[in-house]
Amino acid sequence: MSILRAEWTKFWTVRGWVLGTVAVAGLIMVFGLAPGMSGSCGKHGPASECKPLIGPAGVEVKDGFTFVHQPLSGDGSVTVRVASLTGEIFAGPGASRPGLAPWAKAGLMVKSGTTPGSTYAAIMVTGSHGVRMQWDFTHDKAGPSGSGPQWLRLSRAGQTVTAAASPDGSAWTEVGSTQLTGLPVTAEVGLFVTSPQYSTEFHEGLLNGSQGGPSLATGTFEQLTAEQGWSGTAWHTDWIGGKPDWSETPETEQEGSAFRVAGSGDVGPTGAGVSATQTLVGTFTALIAAVVLGAVFMSTEYRRGLIRMTLAAGPRRLHVLAAKAAVVGGVTFVCGVVAAAVVVVFGQRVLRANGVALLHTTTLTEVRLMVGTGALLAFSAVLALGLGALLRRSVTAVTVAIVTIVLPYLLAVTVLPVEAARGLLRFTPAAAFALQQAVKQYPQVDDLYAPAVGYFPLSPWAGLAVLAGWTVLVLGAAAVLLRRRDV
Amino acid sequence: MILVNGIRKRFGAAVALDGMTFEVRPGQVTGFVGPNGAGKSTTMRVILGLDRPDAGQALVEGKPYRELADPMRHLGSLLDAGALQPSRTARNHLLWLAHSQGLGARRVDEVLEQTGLGGVARRRAGGFSLGMRQRLGIAAALLGDPPALMLDEPFNGMDPEGIIWMRGFLRSLAGQGRAVLVSSHLMGELQGTADHVIVVGRGRVIADASVAELLNSASSGRITVRTESPEAPGILAAAGATAAPTGDGGLSITGLPAERIAEVLHRHGVTFSELAAHRATLEDAYLELTRDAVEFRAEGPR
Repeated sequence: MSILRAEWTKFWTVRGWVLGTVAVAGLIMVFGLAPGMSGSCGKHGPASECKPLIGPAGVEVKDGFTFVHQPLSGDGSVTVRVASLTGEIFAGPGASRPGLAPWAKAGLMVKSGTTPGSTYAAIMVTGSHGVRMQWDFTHDKAGPSGSGPQWLRLSRAGQTVTAAASPDGSAWTEVGSTQLTGLPVTAEVGLFVTSPQYSTEFHEGLLNGSQGGPSLATGTFEQLTAEQGWSGTAWHTDWIGGKPDWSETPETEQEGSAFRVAGSGDVGPTGAGVSATQTLVGTFTALIAAVVLGAVFMSTEYRRGLIRMTLAAGPRRLHVLAAKAAVVGGVTFVCGVVAAAVVVVFGQRVLRANGVALLHTTTLTEVRLMVGTGALLAFSAVLALGLGALLRRSVTAVTVAIVTIVLPYLLAVTVLPVEAARGLLRFTPAAAFALQQAVKQYPQVDDLYAPAVGYFPLSPWAGLAVLAGWTVLVLGAAAVLLRRRDV
Repeated sequence: MILVNGIRKRFGAAVALDGMTFEVRPGQVTGFVGPNGAGKSTTMRVILGLDRPDAGQALVEGKPYRELADPMRHLGSLLDAGALQPSRTARNHLLWLAHSQGLGARRVDEVLEQTGLGGVARRRAGGFSLGMRQRLGIAAALLGDPPALMLDEPFNGMDPEGIIWMRGFLRSLAGQGRAVLVSSHLMGELQGTADHVIVVGRGRVIADASVAELLNSASSGRITVRTESPEAPGILAAAGATAAPTGDGGLSITGLPAERIAEVLHRHGVTFSELAAHRATLEDAYLELTRDAVEFRAEGPR
């Protein structure tokens, strides 16, 4: 304990280190509270507020599709054969080309009503992801993967909705089933078609980004049948969620039980967007301060032979290393948590006030962002401390720490193509930036989930594990050498 | 107090310590003398557990230093007065050391007063002269009120006033019953300070004796006589002495005590203007010892 206290005394008695600590917290706050981003929400009069559509799970969703439906009460099932799914893709103003968005959807849906954002379950054929069952926007389950015509069936028993698929209409495979709480006795049942925004990444020199536009899907259905308790043929078409994204979406054509339905939009969670992660944009500068602090706190010992005095006062060398790690890790952790708490709470307000449509972050996630930022800084500082002990020279230790911890992140969010950036953020210490991801990445929504907008390849805790692994490795090597070396 | 027993240590091909063995006793100042590179600092680092010896061991109060709890309460040390963070104040430098031994700020203020640094306690140690840093180093060594102290070249960089202070201070520490080991590459610095001297060369002990013993062995009785008589060398040789001209009209005589020389010259009617007996200094004794060591080494490795 006395060694820990001594190292703490060492820390606060050097003014530069205290200032460095203030810098760690201050940089996060300066970047996080400065309105570095602006949007148009609420900026153009009373009608321009951005009111996001919130689904049953509490996250922002999109709910725009063409629905050929009728109200059906009680239990029953509906079956259809999807004969084909084709599409068109926006190719510049007034132009389009044939093409099907990978997540274009055509199939059957049961929905509590026609209000956007209301509960639903659906089975569908997709552009290139086979048959899927999806419900309540965020849930997605894969069915048979084959292409070509498919038979689809949706059955309701109480609040349970079961989806099945068949290649021929006689041998059926259950894709999945779910409980829809809040599904009324009389629900809207029918065909749906939609096709999401289509985006492609581009890399031109140092410029990376995505470009895209709306797409249109057209499904041809045959033998639409309501049975097993349900009956009726009074199908009529509605555009759920207002006008489709595609400006000239054709009307539905019906011939008996055969339909030709076109749709544009999406049913599912909102894709990539600005989130609370944006408020933590200054973290990398604080990280530079933290790793300098960590590296120098150790390497300074070697500069003037101070290490001999330190080890004469505390001959148990590993205790000394542990005490130093605890001090520098503890200080940077507290700074990170406090600064992150300030910017996550107030920075989001600044962004919203500035007209930015910010994706909703749950309180639990906000807490993880705060603690995670502290952990990111603390582990990095301790990793740098280990480098300081290994390399014993401030300049070398600081350089190596910045190159291995901060630089990968900087490259990933700036010049690197998304795939390379993701690769880098999988195995370098910067993987722990995943702790700052505020909103989920949904595989069923194609979007540019780039690190630059706060989407990381690893889960938060896996990212932390990568950084912690590096820290343990380097600190372990430092411990072995510190024990073995003469000083 | 401090026991060094058969320590061997190589740095690559160079042998730094070659069976270093000695003991430091309480209540006296023990000088640790030898030319630069003789292994004084390495020995001290081994005692503090900073360097690992290839063979042998060093014990402080019967234990290896590394095994002592709050070791600065057992052995205070000053290895390098420059080993401090320049931006930290003198008081804060001592404060972290005090905290490492479970001591508080009060003890820090005590040792600051004791070493005469009370007035500059809140100044940055980086601005201190080497002499002031030596005092700060002594203050650090005293923090744990240890029964043994070990100081590496504490006189370095001190002004004459500081040297006088340091001598008195070391004497008073020994007077309190502490064991004090002081290294120096200049034997003269230790005259009047050390009670006991350990002379080292090439990583081993050449002499380990009290100052009195050393002076006696070195006082081989060299006497100079200034006389105009050309017969004097012959007369003295006949009486059993060896006489050699000093080049400035004097004779350097060994083999006879001063009284006998005066008597023989007087008996033969030789007049002389000066007869001086040279008392050996520690420096003489040291030079004699290290010269022997050099000659011995010249035979080649054993």
